[in-house]
Amino acid sequence: MNKLTLEVTETQQLSPLVKRFRFEHPDGSALPLFSGGAHITVEMPEGELIRRNSYSLVSDPYDGSGYEIAVRREDTGRGGSRYMHEKVSEGDLITVSAPKNLFQLDLRAKKHILIAGGIGITPFLSQLRQLDLAQAPFELHYAARSRKEAAGLAMLPEAAHIHIHISEEGKRMDLGEILDGQPLGTHVYTCGPDGLIKAVADQAARLNWPTSSVHSEAFTAPPPGEPFEVTIASTGQKVRVKADQSLLEALEAAGIEIDYSCRGGACGRCETSVTSCEGRILHHDHWLSDDERAEQTKIMPCMSRFKGTRLELDL
Amino acid sequence: MTFQFNEETFRGDYTYFNSPAAVQRFPFPFDQDSYMYSVNIERHPGGPKGSPFEFAFDVDEHYVSEMKDREITLAEDPMRCQSLPHMELAGWDLLELIMVSKARDYPDLFTLTRDGNQWHWINKPLGIDKKFTFLDPTTLPCGPMEYITRQAQGDFALLHEREGNLWLDAGMITSQADWSLDFDVGMNFFEWHAPVPKARKMGVFDKALKFLLAVDQEQSYRRLNWTMTVNPRLDTSPENYHKWGPEKRTITPENVGAKQFLRVELQTFWRLPRSNALAFPIRCYLCSLQDLATVPKWGRRLHRVLRDIDPDLADYKGFAVNQETIVSYLSQFDDGAPTSAGIFPD
Repeated sequence: MNKLTLEVTETQQLSPLVKRFRFEHPDGSALPLFSGGAHITVEMPEGELIRRNSYSLVSDPYDGSGYEIAVRREDTGRGGSRYMHEKVSEGDLITVSAPKNLFQLDLRAKKHILIAGGIGITPFLSQLRQLDLAQAPFELHYAARSRKEAAGLAMLPEAAHIHIHISEEGKRMDLGEILDGQPLGTHVYTCGPDGLIKAVADQAARLNWPTSSVHSEAFTAPPPGEPFEVTIASTGQKVRVKADQSLLEALEAAGIEIDYSCRGGACGRCETSVTSCEGRILHHDHWLSDDERAEQTKIMPCMSRFKGTRLELDL
Repeated sequence: MTFQFNEETFRGDYTYFNSPAAVQRFPFPFDQDSYMYSVNIERHPGGPKGSPFEFAFDVDEHYVSEMKDREITLAEDPMRCQSLPHMELAGWDLLELIMVSKARDYPDLFTLTRDGNQWHWINKPLGIDKKFTFLDPTTLPCGPMEYITRQAQGDFALLHEREGNLWLDAGMITSQADWSLDFDVGMNFFEWHAPVPKARKMGVFDKALKFLLAVDQEQSYRRLNWTMTVNPRLDTSPENYHKWGPEKRTITPENVGAKQFLRVELQTFWRLPRSNALAFPIRCYLCSLQDLATVPKWGRRLHRVLRDIDPDLADYKGFAVNQETIVSYLSQFDDGAPTSAGIFPD
């Protein structure tokens, strides 16, 4: 994992719950460029615990002078976003990964439709800059409950192909209207709540869109939950997972090396085999299939938890 | 770094040769006395000073002649270079990667001056001095991938990621071990590897694809692959099989040492920043058996590897017809002594 230590050079409250952060190299050197939709993983050390969350980059992908992210404060979460909001200020040093992309544009598309719900606007902010530079036709639809909560408004340019749907103002997004009649070869990308992603996929299916033209990104920070314990098959070691810790974070804290990338249940890198399971795995990832979940022989430690008496991992 | 560029040919009179220094730095691919497929991957660049692993893109004494050979192949068959329309951005990424690397690693040979998107590139060995606008294809004589790969040794494939797979959507392929870009362009990872025996069943491709999809920016890798070629020919393409295939039948016990070449591919993997595509450069190195045998460890080991290899692999790598002659020739260099671990000479 390639890491960069950067300085926080700007913070800005975009809405009551969303804050923007800008990171630059302390000696001013250029950062690796990236592609629209890429994210970085941010390290948040607190005492003995290191939390790592992934956030989409919202800055210009072709501008290496800095990286920007927008973080929504989740008060019922594990504490990562709360840490970003309360503990991180200008001048601090922060460790992040090099950019990675699990939500890239399909540049074969004749046209791109970007659909964002709430904080799901973030990956599109870099994508629309890439589309602008490529002069590719696109439209962006951004749905939010109220204007006050719509943090993306401050970061979006005003343009005819950028559509804002504020449900409080009676302008709910009509997916049928958006998707119907689009030219052949159009691709649609959705980021937001699971319900929105499913609704777009269903609407596209009703209109007979090929599934390869329908893209989504759903990864979110790992949820907290009840504490549980796992057993490491090779050593018999027991690892306790705290309520505000993910299984992956607990394994890392116990010194157990495990491969990862997105830390949001989307990329598949941390997939781990389960050698014994007495209880129920609480799958929160977007990687395993329904059949794989039911078998309870695999778990994605970045997102998923466990309820029961014994969970043994093939590590 | 200063060196002489060889005057040599890779076809017709085949005047290609390795200097003694080039033999010593040859990327010998066998780290033990036997061979089977493995996903033998290491971080790249990085390796002993002077080795072909030291820099991102190795430039050696064959550079100028290899680029001339590419020009001949392209003039006869322009389809050896293809880029599907959505791959142009990846082409710019590749151009940047190669220009920046070469100017950094070989400052005596290449310079790159950048002022925003106004770039000035000087390639001394090939006599090129070019000012152009980065990301503006109208300022180059051809597409960005073609432009830079006419100035870089080895073949280049650009892979587009989608649907959890990699698609061979662009490439410059003129020094290939018997595969065709024109046939494979647009195929996915499993499709273009379909002719490789045994490997699919062994699960090699599932593992390799999983690995490649996980290659991140700023984190590149390499592996070595190998085959055997009669005569030092770069263009061993299916399109020209009628020209080089029959040459396999010209091997005799007298000429095998000079005419039979070990062909090694230094394959590297790079995640490109703007396009998120993967670049897959495949650099070809050729060395005759008689030159290889000047390194005692390599003479012993190559004899053992080629004697004991799985018959299916001898067939796939195209040397089954000459295996007996090759092994019997190499046996004179194998005194039965043990060999040291690793690929480098003792």
